[in-house]
Amino acid sequence: MSEYQNIFTQVQIRAPAYAGVPVGGSPFARSGSGFFYWLGRIGDAQIGPIYLGWTGLASLTFGFIAFEIIGLNMWASVNWDPIQFVRQLPWLALEPPPPSYGLRFPALYDGGWWLVAGFFLTTSVLLWWVRMYRRARQLGMGTHVAWAFASAIWLYLVLGFIRPLLMGSWGEAVPFGIFPHLDWTAAFSIRYGNLFYNPFHMLSIVFLYGSTLLFAMHGATILAVSRFGGEREIEQVVDRGTAAERAALFWRWTMGFNATMESIHRWAWWFAVLCPLTGGIGILLTGTVVDDWYLWAVKHGVAPSYPTVFPHVPDPASVSGAPR
Amino acid sequence: MNYRLGMALALIVVAVLLLASTYERPPVDTVQRGYRGLGMVQVYDPRIVATKVAANQAPAPSPAQDPTGQPASAAYQNVKVLGDVDAGEFLRLMADITAWVAPEQGCAYCHDENDLSSDKLYTKVVSRRMIEMVRHINTDWKSHVASTGVTCYSCHRGRPVPANIWFTAADLTRPEGMLGNRAGQNAPAPAVGFASLPFDPFTPFLDQANEIRVVSATALPEGDRHSIKQTEWTYGLMMHMSQALGVNCTFCHNTRSFFDWDQSTPQRAVAWHGIRMVRDLNTGYLEPLKASFPHERLGALGDVPKINCTTCHQGVFKPLYGASMVKDYPELAGASPPAPAK
Repeated sequence: MSEYQNIFTQVQIRAPAYAGVPVGGSPFARSGSGFFYWLGRIGDAQIGPIYLGWTGLASLTFGFIAFEIIGLNMWASVNWDPIQFVRQLPWLALEPPPPSYGLRFPALYDGGWWLVAGFFLTTSVLLWWVRMYRRARQLGMGTHVAWAFASAIWLYLVLGFIRPLLMGSWGEAVPFGIFPHLDWTAAFSIRYGNLFYNPFHMLSIVFLYGSTLLFAMHGATILAVSRFGGEREIEQVVDRGTAAERAALFWRWTMGFNATMESIHRWAWWFAVLCPLTGGIGILLTGTVVDDWYLWAVKHGVAPSYPTVFPHVPDPASVSGAPR
Repeated sequence: MNYRLGMALALIVVAVLLLASTYERPPVDTVQRGYRGLGMVQVYDPRIVATKVAANQAPAPSPAQDPTGQPASAAYQNVKVLGDVDAGEFLRLMADITAWVAPEQGCAYCHDENDLSSDKLYTKVVSRRMIEMVRHINTDWKSHVASTGVTCYSCHRGRPVPANIWFTAADLTRPEGMLGNRAGQNAPAPAVGFASLPFDPFTPFLDQANEIRVVSATALPEGDRHSIKQTEWTYGLMMHMSQALGVNCTFCHNTRSFFDWDQSTPQRAVAWHGIRMVRDLNTGYLEPLKASFPHERLGALGDVPKINCTTCHQGVFKPLYGASMVKDYPELAGASPPAPAK
């Protein structure tokens, strides 16, 4: 009984390492492969072969440069003290330039490094996208993974490039740093009158939480029918076995409707892709088209009003004779 | 397998216990403030409240003195501020100020023991100005302190230098090299609740009078250019106020719309005046004392010690939980007397 209620992978296949289809028209060869037992517990025990290629190599190089610029600036900000660097790491950041620079290139110390790091990181990410696209074509696959990744890149570009460009200030962009980018997020919401009233933010949350829900439902369903061969999902799209029938019936019993063995993957893909896509639209509209989401929501009847429980307090700054 | 499972479970239990030890344990008390469903709730840990209540008790006033019928200016020399006070009451106040400010050091902390009237010690010069400041607060800042008022004890609490003062932080927006600009933030700063927000939110708002309001007042862009970085500074100041008063945002704001006065609590207006009061005291009373302070009392940049909300509030929404000490010391509530004739 408990054999089927598994969390970790129960079966590890050991055979000569599979090198895949031949690589055509490239000076690079795939290299290195072996087996690793513990990886086999959570995935395929075979590691490699890895294909780096020009775009992969360039992407890693650009990414490493960005990583170094950010890391060295953080380290310099604690006077090169290695212990403080580790202790304060979550607080450290590379900040974008002050808003006073607008879109001009600032002094290196005053946000210039942020622009340089942003350029290298963006190039790295875009090259990695090209690599994903080309690796998929090489294998004769569709390019769904690359387009899903593109959705995340869209949000990243809106935050760090497109929106600052439209606002006319690099200072609007996100700092590189762990806590600092979270504080930036909170400040962003406060400045623009509460992002929760931004309908695209709402949509993004729907797709974010929806993704986790769908993932849990789908993963659980397939594991639950794995005793009937349910993990052979794609075969069961066209050749419905008892696993597919039972899984479908389970959801129809439960909620009257079931996704199919094929469509559940489209559900998952679209939910995941729409999360950063709608989020990016929401960010892009903030400050450019809407300046205060709460007031916008009041104007359009989204934000309800509540009975007042406190005596009315006028804005002291509007009372004549008050100190400034 | 069972052994491994046991080990894993034991590790998880230890990890959870370690993590749990960093949190405040339940139960906590919540106090609803706004309309129901709005989450305008204050959260209190009763164990922390008990500690705070114990630490924020006003000392009992010393017994009233029978009037001597002689003003202090006639009985004592060099009395510039409290000259119109009865000499008996003057002596009582001096004794209580000693208990409030320098209980261990005694009179000699401010007075030359050979000549009590001498202004030789800087502490006496500063104290005199501080008494003027207390009267200024109690008469001109009723918008913040109401009739509760303040005394020396409100901030000093038995320490010659109040526990919570601040100095302007060194300008870290210009590193020595071309790397590592902290931009005035991104450090685990106690002033802002260990967020990575700007670590000196005091200088721009409680000393200088920079604009605190950053939220747009119009639904659509109509030229408001307040930046996100500016917002982080305001956010830092608000974190300080929240810590200073031991309250969360909803003590003053309905957080669905921080800027809207129509949905704010009356405390927000009190706090608004408090910010102006602190700014007034820093610029009008403390900074002019710079020449009086010895070097070791000044900050790294040579600035005077300054006050913020914590100096008086000390983690409580009303200092000393609203106990009014000044009612027993009417001379501290009175208007500043005219400058003595020279």
